[in-house]
Amino acid sequence: MKQDLTRRALLAGTSATLIGAAVGATAEAQGQLSADRKPTHPPPHYALLIDTDRCLRGTDCRACIDACHESHSVPTLSDPRHEVKWVWKAPFAGVFPEQIHSLTTSGRRQMPVLVTCNHCGNPPCTRVCPARATWKRADGIVAMDPHRCIGCRYCMAACPYGARSFNWENPPKLLRRQSYPQRCAGVVEKCTLCAERIDVGQAPVCVEACMNNGRGALSFGDLSNPDSHVAQLLATRQVLRRKPELGTQPNVYYLVS
Amino acid sequence: MQQRDGNYLALRRGIAGCLAVLLLVGIVAYGYQLRNGLGVTGLSRNVPWGLYISQFTFLVGIAASSVLVILPHYVHGKSDFAPLVLIGESISVSALFGAISFVLVDMGRPSRVLAVILYAAPTSLMFWDIVTLSVYFLLCSTILTASLVLPKGSHPGWLRRFVLISVPFAFGIHIVTALIYSGLAARAGWMTAILAPKFLATAFASGSALLILISSTLHGMRRLHIQQTTTARLATVMTYALCAMLLFTALEIFTGLYSGIPSAEQHATHLLVPSSHSLGPPSLMLFSLTLSVVALAILLTPAARRRATVVHWVGAMVLVAVLLEKGFAFILSGFIPSAFGEDVTYHPSTPEVLIAGGIYAGAILIFGGLLGPVTRQLKVSVIEVPDKQESSRATSR
Repeated sequence: MKQDLTRRALLAGTSATLIGAAVGATAEAQGQLSADRKPTHPPPHYALLIDTDRCLRGTDCRACIDACHESHSVPTLSDPRHEVKWVWKAPFAGVFPEQIHSLTTSGRRQMPVLVTCNHCGNPPCTRVCPARATWKRADGIVAMDPHRCIGCRYCMAACPYGARSFNWENPPKLLRRQSYPQRCAGVVEKCTLCAERIDVGQAPVCVEACMNNGRGALSFGDLSNPDSHVAQLLATRQVLRRKPELGTQPNVYYLVS
Repeated sequence: MQQRDGNYLALRRGIAGCLAVLLLVGIVAYGYQLRNGLGVTGLSRNVPWGLYISQFTFLVGIAASSVLVILPHYVHGKSDFAPLVLIGESISVSALFGAISFVLVDMGRPSRVLAVILYAAPTSLMFWDIVTLSVYFLLCSTILTASLVLPKGSHPGWLRRFVLISVPFAFGIHIVTALIYSGLAARAGWMTAILAPKFLATAFASGSALLILISSTLHGMRRLHIQQTTTARLATVMTYALCAMLLFTALEIFTGLYSGIPSAEQHATHLLVPSSHSLGPPSLMLFSLTLSVVALAILLTPAARRRATVVHWVGAMVLVAVLLEKGFAFILSGFIPSAFGEDVTYHPSTPEVLIAGGIYAGAILIFGGLLGPVTRQLKVSVIEVPDKQESSRATSR
């Protein structure tokens, strides 16, 4: 765990991001997180909940995507084959193919759904990495060290969710104020659930951006605490997880009505 | 005879020159890829493995071909395979060079390759593949070097033990390579228990085909004396391997279609039903399957398989069939459709093809370079004194 924190700190770069993000954090997000982090003895078990009813309905909102990609120096590339993305929208039919039947309307099929790394409880990607460049932290986050990555892309082949991006080209030069280190060509990257923020008691930047945008479709918290907001939601609401039949135990849940 | 030797030398030099040019072009193209990233290939976030890993998989199968001469010669005592032992080892060494090169050019950060050893991850099948490939490469090169360097006709006991140890490793490299793919729940097309046996069957089909083609070419050029029975035995191996290969493919398709499980069914239909992709799996698979079925039909016809030229053509057909199936269609079938069910495409780019061409040129140059000393060695120890060698083998038992 200590080693993980050191590595996180390295990845997080300077503290500028952290301070900047802390200023922007809403009181609700802070309150929710501290409630979730009551002194508990078992390690935390983080989860992300996406309310499909609140998210995106009839809008082209990109608040969470832009906030994530901005704060993690994710480059915007013109060639769709070379896209790097940590969180993005995909059609419902592609995200939940098992939910589609002959009467599913095309509107439903095309409905955009937010997707990201599922931070699986049983991640197939970490198992296959020949260089231990990606691993599962005790708190459930599937972490990634791009400085260790040899770029073999075995993890991309192993991920059933297409959540991992490879840097096919050198990233364009970003502005100096970008404090999260850029990745070089030839390494894999993905959503880290904002491990660098979680380690200092903040919610992931996507959750915060969604709340600031007044939608509050994203919830983040600790499932090991049965009183946490996310644990309560999972206990009472109908949820979907992507490709549960593969046994990967995703920690990203989709609340459906 | 002198005229023939002169022609042979000129031909040899011409081929070597062309290969050297291809190799140089490949090296330049690789420099371009190193500078600009793997984006210069046709690969994408949906199809992250393509030509390089496909050719790696194919060449690992070719590298196992030495076992096809080692088993009959060292285990079953078929002495007519003796001239082929060093040829088989040369094929293995050059194919392994190619396979390892394809893995290296596929890496995003090749400078970090030592991380695989420094931070060895036993849960990764890629780690075990690197281990088995390295050990097999060392075994084959040692056997080959020792056979060429040791005094002619001497067969030390340790060398024989090395040869026998290399047998399970020849199977091992291909089994472990299959496990890289067959353990991935994300890729329905690869996740089948039949994959490792199918890989072995295709390896032995293509391996025996290549051995038939190379040995009969060398025989035709009078560089090597191969008995008719040896070629016939290799053709028998090819026939059985082809039967197994077709059977395993049929079983795979049956399970997919009959079970009706969406992911498995989708894979089976995607292998067989042609779509718009010019390099998509279906067209390649159908062509490969047609070639294999025709090749098998010819091999099962007694009148046809007794004719040497027919067997050579069948060998070429089998080699192409396996190259298309394992060297192109197989890898793509794992990535198409994508994780989101999209019908994505992949076409190798020009730099990618040039790099692959360079690696093949390098592998063939290594094989050609080994051929000289190997045939010289064989002329003395095998062709001229076969009885002596046979009797020394008999007494050592």
